[in-house]
Amino acid sequence: MEMMRFATAGSVDDGKSTLIGRLLFDSKSIFEDQLEAVADVSERMGLDETNLALLTDGLRAEREQGITIDVAYRYFATPKRKFIIADTPGHVQYTRNMVTGASTADLAIILIDARKGVLEQSRRHSFIASLLRIPHLVVAVNKMDLVDYSEERFDEIVEEFGHFASKLEVTDLTFIPISALKGDNVVERSENTPWYGGTSLLHHLETVHISSDRNLIDARLPVQYVIRPHSEEFHDYRGYAGSIAGGVLKPGDDVVVLPSGFASKIAQIDTPEGPASEAFSPMAVTVTLTDEIDISRGDMICRPHNQPTSSQDIEAMVCWLSEGTSLAPGSKVAIKHTTRTARALVKDIQYRLDVNTLHRDVEAHTLSLNEIGRVTLRTTQPLFFDEYRRNRETGSFILIDEATNNTIGAGMIIGTPQ
Amino acid sequence: MVVGALWSTLDGEMNYELSHLKALQAESIHVFREVAAEFERPVLLFSGGKDSIVMLHLATKAFWPARMPFPLMHIDTGHNFAEVYEYRDRRVSELGVKLVVASVQDSIDSGRVVEQTGPGASRNQLQTTTLLDALGEHGFDAAFGGARRDEERARAKERFYSFRDDFGQWDPKNQRPELWSLYNGRHHRGEHIRIFPLSNWTELDIWQYIETEDIDVPSIYYAHEREVIARDGMWLAITDFITVADHERVETRQVRFRTVGDATCTGAVESDAGTVSAIIDEVSATRITERGATRADDRASEAAMEDRKREGYF
Ligand SMILES: Nc1nc2c(ncn2[C@@H]2O[C@H](COP(=O)(O)OP(=O)(O)OP(=O)(O)O)[C@@H](O)[C@H]2O)c(=O)[nH]1
Ligand SMILES: [Mg+2]
Repeated sequence: MEMMRFATAGSVDDGKSTLIGRLLFDSKSIFEDQLEAVADVSERMGLDETNLALLTDGLRAEREQGITIDVAYRYFATPKRKFIIADTPGHVQYTRNMVTGASTADLAIILIDARKGVLEQSRRHSFIASLLRIPHLVVAVNKMDLVDYSEERFDEIVEEFGHFASKLEVTDLTFIPISALKGDNVVERSENTPWYGGTSLLHHLETVHISSDRNLIDARLPVQYVIRPHSEEFHDYRGYAGSIAGGVLKPGDDVVVLPSGFASKIAQIDTPEGPASEAFSPMAVTVTLTDEIDISRGDMICRPHNQPTSSQDIEAMVCWLSEGTSLAPGSKVAIKHTTRTARALVKDIQYRLDVNTLHRDVEAHTLSLNEIGRVTLRTTQPLFFDEYRRNRETGSFILIDEATNNTIGAGMIIGTPQ
Repeated sequence: MVVGALWSTLDGEMNYELSHLKALQAESIHVFREVAAEFERPVLLFSGGKDSIVMLHLATKAFWPARMPFPLMHIDTGHNFAEVYEYRDRRVSELGVKLVVASVQDSIDSGRVVEQTGPGASRNQLQTTTLLDALGEHGFDAAFGGARRDEERARAKERFYSFRDDFGQWDPKNQRPELWSLYNGRHHRGEHIRIFPLSNWTELDIWQYIETEDIDVPSIYYAHEREVIARDGMWLAITDFITVADHERVETRQVRFRTVGDATCTGAVESDAGTVSAIIDEVSATRITERGATRADDRASEAAMEDRKREGYF
């Protein structure tokens, strides 16, 4: 069975948590004790209907305030796929938690309240989804029950969103009219929207093609850990363990190791099931080479004629995640990229993006919480990277505050500065 | 064995697709290696329950053919099932790894905690102190736990790397962002990080994996006859550690355990599942979560787990 990860996104109260509750409920993935518990709470809160959002809003503070603060992960399976859902918060203040939940998603569902139309947060989240290169986007126009299932209203929102989305890089965009509360078009197609010709949301989730989203071209193995058993049986074993971050590797392949540039050949690929004839992302493997060369964590194994960029000068889109501090030229931070950690100096902030209009503010020289901008960095050691749009694994990094140890930034590499 | 079975061949073309179990396995192994590379003293919390058994299995795979580079630690309430102790000791000697036992009894004897009394008494709560003391005493800076996000809704909120301050506390409103597979394990002295490699596994995944990998689990997971009493809506096993009240009736039932924890608060479910595949059928059909069915500790209040976690619980 194939596994698929998706995230919900959109403005506060657009119905993200309710939709997930509905998906779980209608696909019979909610357990009786969980349902009883939320029914009890709903009753105590004086609600007429069971509030399905309470199924994912698991923290006391969330239930008290009726909003989602941090991502909740939920799981369900149909005979076709196993799904990992990240229910992310809509509130601006918690955008960084939305980014956390969305970074690994194959698909994002952007909810839009049919009454309110496209709001600033809908735009912000759609933009973040496109920046994170989530390959598939679904715009679920929700609360259709409150607009009499109006085709006209749906079309207006499709047009409004389509206009905004034309400025984003979105490869696959689907619109579905739903009611998360009543269940229309969530699992089954609804009779209330006879004018809608598409499939239900669940059907879309089950069938959208995701296996071709991975990079199977550029072979990359960031060395994570060196395995040296020192046992009699494996006396000379020296394995380079890591997760394949792109392409396909086979025994016998010619490889080079960065930064040393030494060349060798793959002798064997060990996997949890034993030796394999091929390895591809996201397999966790251990590779042995035909030559004894000095390799350690943070090195990169790749093919001689397809190497990542090796540079200390990096240009990237950075999303700032820190409440207390801001990013400015001259800031010094730690950077973690694949299995490599270095220090980085912020040389320049070229512009800050207005997520509403996508206008580039070149006058801006800092990034504060939840702001996104194009940044130039200089690192203490070369990093081996690809453009994020080509490879999410070798194109992403995080920034860490060296004093507090907090994760303060998320970066998507564009390349080296011109 | 060659992993040819990993992908299916479509019209003679290779289809680079991983099954959900292989994808989960890869994710967990990645986390084990990352922690081993970046922390000074990791430890794997091993209870003898199915999740920690699967976690241990994955850890051995992550470093094969070398031995896993960290010890195991059992937080022992002293109120465990004999089958579980036996299993623990057998596994440890097979693997030749080091086992640290931190005992709640010792914490009681030294006055760090006070034993509860009365019919509902349990050592479950007391484990937190024993755990935090042991982490401090041995200087462990990373502790692998077998918690899964599908178990409980406070757990559904937790990161793979869960930061704990120098009092061992979790602050759910202020978790570090965790993007892609880039984990931030940095911490100051005295702080530590709980690591949950099984975050994305469900109870069903665990059993399917136990089946595919042919992993041995303690016999109490399979249906067997046992003397039980009905308490708090679940079947509680008769052991030396619980007091049967006058109104409670001891009866023999065919049961199995869905979770293995302290014998005083872990209930059994009625079942005739005697094999892993029968358990998989049962788990697929069940309509009640494993903790809802069998853990008195989580029923205490609506936010019982969140509160215990904030204090430093597993
Ligand atoms: N009438 C109607 N109400 C809905 C629908 N979907 C959600 N709601 C209601 O809208 C309110 C907000 O829903 P939530 O699911 O909590 O919203 P959310 O998007 O998760 O909010 P945050 O996570 O805080 O951003 C709740 O009162 C829901 O019952 C719908 O389809 N129709
Ligand atoms: Mg919500």
